[in-house]
Amino acid sequence: MSKVIVVTSGKGGVGKTTSAAALGTALALRGHKTVIIDFDVGLRNLDLIMGCERRVVFDFINVINDGIRLNQALIKDKRVDNLWILPTSQTRDKDALSPEGVEKVIEELRKQFDYIICDSPAGIEKGAYMALYNADEAIVVTNPEVSSVRDSDRILGILSSKSKRAEHGDTPVKTHLLLTRYDLDRVQRGEMLKLDDVLEILAIPVLGVIPQCTSVLQASNLGMPVVLDDKSNAGQAYKDAAARLLGEDIELRYVNPEKRGLVDWLFRRSA
Amino acid sequence: MKLSAAEEASKAGSGLPFQIRGSLQTLLALKILRPDDPAFFTGLLEKVAHAPDFFRNAPIVLDGGAVKAKSPECLAEIVERLREHRVVPVGLQNGSPDWNEAAVGLGLAIFGAGSAGGDDPTRAGRAGSKTTATPTRRPAGKVIREPVRGGQQVVAPDGDLVVMAPVSPGAEVAAAGHIHVYAPLRGRAFAGMNGDEQAMIFCEQLHAELLSIAGIHQVSEELDARLLGKRVRASLAAERLKVEPLP
Repeated sequence: MSKVIVVTSGKGGVGKTTSAAALGTALALRGHKTVIIDFDVGLRNLDLIMGCERRVVFDFINVINDGIRLNQALIKDKRVDNLWILPTSQTRDKDALSPEGVEKVIEELRKQFDYIICDSPAGIEKGAYMALYNADEAIVVTNPEVSSVRDSDRILGILSSKSKRAEHGDTPVKTHLLLTRYDLDRVQRGEMLKLDDVLEILAIPVLGVIPQCTSVLQASNLGMPVVLDDKSNAGQAYKDAAARLLGEDIELRYVNPEKRGLVDWLFRRSA
Repeated sequence: MKLSAAEEASKAGSGLPFQIRGSLQTLLALKILRPDDPAFFTGLLEKVAHAPDFFRNAPIVLDGGAVKAKSPECLAEIVERLREHRVVPVGLQNGSPDWNEAAVGLGLAIFGAGSAGGDDPTRAGRAGSKTTATPTRRPAGKVIREPVRGGQQVVAPDGDLVVMAPVSPGAEVAAAGHIHVYAPLRGRAFAGMNGDEQAMIFCEQLHAELLSIAGIHQVSEELDARLLGKRVRASLAAERLKVEPLP
């Protein structure tokens, strides 16, 4: 049974593409055949984060509009088995997406893949609707700050009213919260919202909390999904999140202050 | 020949090509008080002109309760003038036999005595002789079990609204009657949206952006900070919004 999962947020810059790349890669590492689709037509980023920008010949839009076969556009990841990327067009815009075209591609992908990860553009306009319309599950990426929480709430409303499942009266889209850029020090100083504050408003199950970590930006710049960095806390947190997506019960990490020894404390102070 | 689902259903039922069902509508009623007043038509048409969209093609019931002792000669003119202004008189209520006859002559329906003008002694007598009271009509309420998210609107246009999940910031809930929120209320709530000043708002946790009853509102900033997060009831008292903690 294949699953279509949209990674969405409403707000921009919260880490949708990073999360889609990381979770997709983590699922593939667990042996599930996975494809990540870039829905951000005109602002093509996923291929950069995945480090395959120099291998793009045909894209998602060519498949929808220009009669290119899906397999000509799919790019297989060189590092991870079971992982493919469907890049988007940098020159076209969101109007190049048609609901029928998107649905047709998704249905074709369902035959080949276990997980189809849709990386949504920001906003609540056409591009975001296209990305979420066919979803079975949704990962709502949220930063611990009020505007991001409010936009996530809006997206949850759209998922429950405008998705295909909502329109057809099927079981609702299953929603998950992925809290990213969680900076424990700033949370403790009261500069950022706590996980509980976010949950109080959004009231959906937590898929994961990704700690603020310099390794994320480094990995992005290298074109490497952060889960491939074994030393990265964020990478570990994404792996945990992927495991939870697969139904495993794993305790949340990086949400409580670690017990620090004196040496560790001194070390951190000087660092 | 393949039948559509609806046709199948009707075949399975009575086999008739139509269905007759009771349906409830709210109608405007025009109570005729002093039809010989020279300002009757100018005043009436002014009202119509004031809200043309509201009255356009709207069905209206004429109420003859106050004038049934008089001759129904004015009825024809009232009907004609209303039709000229695209208001559709559909029937007469509380008429005497004379009035009813005139109404039928003008193509109007005769409504069983309406509730608006129950000052008819003969009717009162009949009602008194009945042992069962007529059941009060309860307008349609609405129950919402899913969270109302920012940007969503939930409206109960005829009755009360019960929300059993949080109402997020930026969401709007509105009802003709009361609003109950058995969870945090963080959005905007409009009770008595059609002007019912008796309507109230109840919530488990007050964090509302705005509370409004019959158009009289308070924004979050004006709410008493001591009530925030509390179980409260909001009602109107002397045209002011009153928010009180619930026990």
